Amino acid sequence: MVHGATDRLIDPWGARTPYGPGDTWPARVDECYADGIEPTQAQRWVQTASLLHSNGDAMDIAVADGQIVGVRGRAEDRVNRGRLDIKDLFAWQANNATDRLTQPLLRRDGELVPVNWDTAMAAVVGRSRQLLDSDGPGAIAFYTTGQLFAEEYYTLATIARAGIGTNHLDGNTRLCTATAGEALKETFGSDGQPASYTDVDFADVIALFGHNVAETQPVLWMRILDRLAGPEPPRLLVVDPRRTAVAAKATVHLAPRPGTNLAVMNALLHEVIAHKWVDQSWVDEHTVGFDELQQRVADCTPEWAAEICDLDADDIRAAAALVGSAERLLATVLQGFYQSHQATAAAVQVNNLVLLRGMLGRPGCGVLQMNGQPTAENTRECGANGDLPGFRNWENTEHIAQLAKVWNVEPLQIPHYTPPTHAMQIFRYAEQGSVKFLWISGTNPAVSLPELSRIRSILAKVGLFVVVQDIFLSETAQLADVVLPAATWGENTGVFTNADRTVHLSEQAVEPPGAARSDLNIFLEYAAAMRLTDKDGEPLIKWTDPESAFEAWKQCSAGRPCDYSGLSYALLREHGGIQWPVTADAPVGTERLYSDGHFWAAPDVCESYGRDLATGASVEETEYRALNPNGKAILKAAEFVPLHEDVSDEYPMQLITGRTIFHFHTRTKTGRTPQLRAAAPDVWAELSPIDAARLEVSEGDLIDVESPRGAIRAAVRLTESRPGVVFVPFHYGYWDVARSGPEAGQPGRAANELTITDWDPVSKQPIFKTSVCRVSRVPGSEDVPGAADELLAAADETTAADQRYGAADEMSQR
Amino acid sequence: MSGHAGLRYAFARVHHGETEMVSHLEHLAAKHRADHEIYFVALDMAEWSRTNLRQSAQVAADHDIGLSQRSPGPGPLDRLQEGMSTLLGRRPEPGLLLLEDLRDAYLRASQTSLAWEMLAQHAQAAHDTDILELAGRCHPQNLRQIRWCNTMLKTLAPQTLTSL
Repeated sequence: MVHGATDRLIDPWGARTPYGPGDTWPARVDECYADGIEPTQAQRWVQTASLLHSNGDAMDIAVADGQIVGVRGRAEDRVNRGRLDIKDLFAWQANNATDRLTQPLLRRDGELVPVNWDTAMAAVVGRSRQLLDSDGPGAIAFYTTGQLFAEEYYTLATIARAGIGTNHLDGNTRLCTATAGEALKETFGSDGQPASYTDVDFADVIALFGHNVAETQPVLWMRILDRLAGPEPPRLLVVDPRRTAVAAKATVHLAPRPGTNLAVMNALLHEVIAHKWVDQSWVDEHTVGFDELQQRVADCTPEWAAEICDLDADDIRAAAALVGSAERLLATVLQGFYQSHQATAAAVQVNNLVLLRGMLGRPGCGVLQMNGQPTAENTRECGANGDLPGFRNWENTEHIAQLAKVWNVEPLQIPHYTPPTHAMQIFRYAEQGSVKFLWISGTNPAVSLPELSRIRSILAKVGLFVVVQDIFLSETAQLADVVLPAATWGENTGVFTNADRTVHLSEQAVEPPGAARSDLNIFLEYAAAMRLTDKDGEPLIKWTDPESAFEAWKQCSAGRPCDYSGLSYALLREHGGIQWPVTADAPVGTERLYSDGHFWAAPDVCESYGRDLATGASVEETEYRALNPNGKAILKAAEFVPLHEDVSDEYPMQLITGRTIFHFHTRTKTGRTPQLRAAAPDVWAELSPIDAARLEVSEGDLIDVESPRGAIRAAVRLTESRPGVVFVPFHYGYWDVARSGPEAGQPGRAANELTITDWDPVSKQPIFKTSVCRVSRVPGSEDVPGAADELLAAADETTAADQRYGAADEMSQR
Repeated sequence: MSGHAGLRYAFARVHHGETEMVSHLEHLAAKHRADHEIYFVALDMAEWSRTNLRQSAQVAADHDIGLSQRSPGPGPLDRLQEGMSTLLGRRPEPGLLLLEDLRDAYLRASQTSLAWEMLAQHAQAAHDTDILELAGRCHPQNLRQIRWCNTMLKTLAPQTLTSL
């Protein structure tokens, strides 16, 4: 069906192009085309970047006869130098899936029936107006994604905050990047990724904290693999309870008990201070809070942490020596920390490690607080994620005045009496009935939020009007009152920004199918139909297309850390990826933040005054002014708090969920891509051989995994994970299987049937990595017709894929 | 010893205040099981009050003042309440009850804070470094409880009150 990249199903990271420290990463162009199509047959090449992770790999779409017929990496781009992740190589095919939504649907007499746009929009606008009149703006909420474009988020944020005047707008970025943003705010006063991917080119130690980069950002892992294969390779520290492909390459691998990251970090900091590996003069000049941090970790010896984390104290010492002796230390953090107990507190300690060592703003030095989705960074910048646009501080009246001026509305119109409502609280308000209208765009909470039985019951609630804007009839769309068919990547235009602040332009290559419309056009039409106005009675939204929306966003961002004012579509077309801030002083972008040791942390400019790292309680402005009058980086300490839900006789094992290499999120696209679907067609559960022996199960057997919330049935894969820990990928839901899950009395398939409703009180990010569970073999599962056959067949195929990929890994080690 | 009655009074106030905090925070958690952040953080903070009770009882004992070291645990009523609140918590009325309970927790924690102030002031005047050190360790935890109550009340009040 396609050609050019099928070998990558066997070796997802492709061939090595080794390079040494300080050298330019060599180019390697990855490409994939429809069968019978050669690159020379493309009639047009259209510039874009990757959609199925946060790495921002630049690519061109090949177009022939109005269809996408292939993709090719852009060799000249700073992010990927031509390489593409396996998902991006194949998943463009899903744009043409036969079950794309091509017309609006409206629920009538309990059934979703096709209607035209006028009818669908009239239903949405009618309900909005009615609720605004009867209940006020607090009844209306928006839940968006990490996969739209900046122009679309900015438009949505303007509609919600300045037009409707509701405080309830958040993204599914709450599940993936909220802690990254919060940890940066706590340490540096404002959001903004300090380091750059090019730091991989220079680092002598790379420390990855809960960051399975091989599967979450495969192209960045290729960059690291190429350094490892070259002269003077970096040494890796990996903190991850699973023995991932990354852990297999580590100099030191710590596999702590899930939920104990903060104890690991405090012990590392203890060792760094005790061995005088602190760059004291840098710390004195650029930070506040050292004494408190020193005091807080004084008793956090390796032995103390070893007990809590079930690690060997000598391994903790070795890890500390590795980061303590680094000359150019790059630290990265992802979901293993963000979706775990004490998420922000632990992620902040990684910032502290980098600060104590004075490793910031120089080549090879810094911290990358990562994210998971392609445009999560834009959700944060544009204020669609529970922050205000341009990293503005909701408690700073001058910042609100700036926004009011940009939008030409009265400051009181913009809710700023509390922090913008986070997703879990929006669902809580919907559960209680005070939120009566929920517009969900580009995300699938019926599979991705914790404790799905609860989420389904909220979405199905009488009295909650649910609008779903998506490209397929997802599990969530099936529960909607109105479904709006959207365009996707390649069918619309906008910019997006990756995890190292690189902005790419993604241009429309083909027309959306049927009556589907771009998310931007849907929002613009809603704003117009709602007659949202500014304080002079003029239309609130003054832009009409992607480029004019981008110009409006540029103005809003000017003077803030994420300053886009020097960018334009023309510059992005000409130059490819550029890192913000882009200003008159930095016309082709900024590689590293904080090179001059100055932060966006002064009380008048910071995005947040901070929170208590244990309780989430706000730090008052007066306290912040006293603590940090000169806007230095803040060394913020935190104490270890025991797990909220721990193992018991009834539920003796820990459950962690996560992403795997062949799929993205709930597989709306990757599940409709033949090669990716075949590589991992159904849910599995990873067990250590020790647990498998105890439970008398072997590879491929069906097991039931049960938690206090629900149960799923999955095929066993044996991996070298920590004993006592079960890993389940979170990709699988119900749209593509005949059995329709717990609601129909069938075994569950979605990992979130099991997960606990609990979140980090600081970042409000749900905790997906510390639920408890129990596992049992499905008795006589080979006799169960249908579902079991499907699962077993899936297990065979996935095991085969796994073996291939294991073999490739061994080859790359040789 | 002069001033001993005053010390006994201050310790008794601290002990009473922290004992109340343990039971009130646990009651708050049990009653609002369906407000997950309230539930988990209130239980975490009840643990701080238990620690404060334990540590103050030890230092009090060094000063020949007997405070009960038995800190309260969740009673059977709390467990029953937890089940009830999960069932009932998905209706709107508990929103207002939660504001009431946060307000109450704030006031109790403030009373406890004043008790710690009195104990610390006594220690200053009496040059008692052990007690000063105790207050320096425990009072900040109590202040964090107050800030949390204030933050949660401020966050939840607008939606709760405008939707009634």
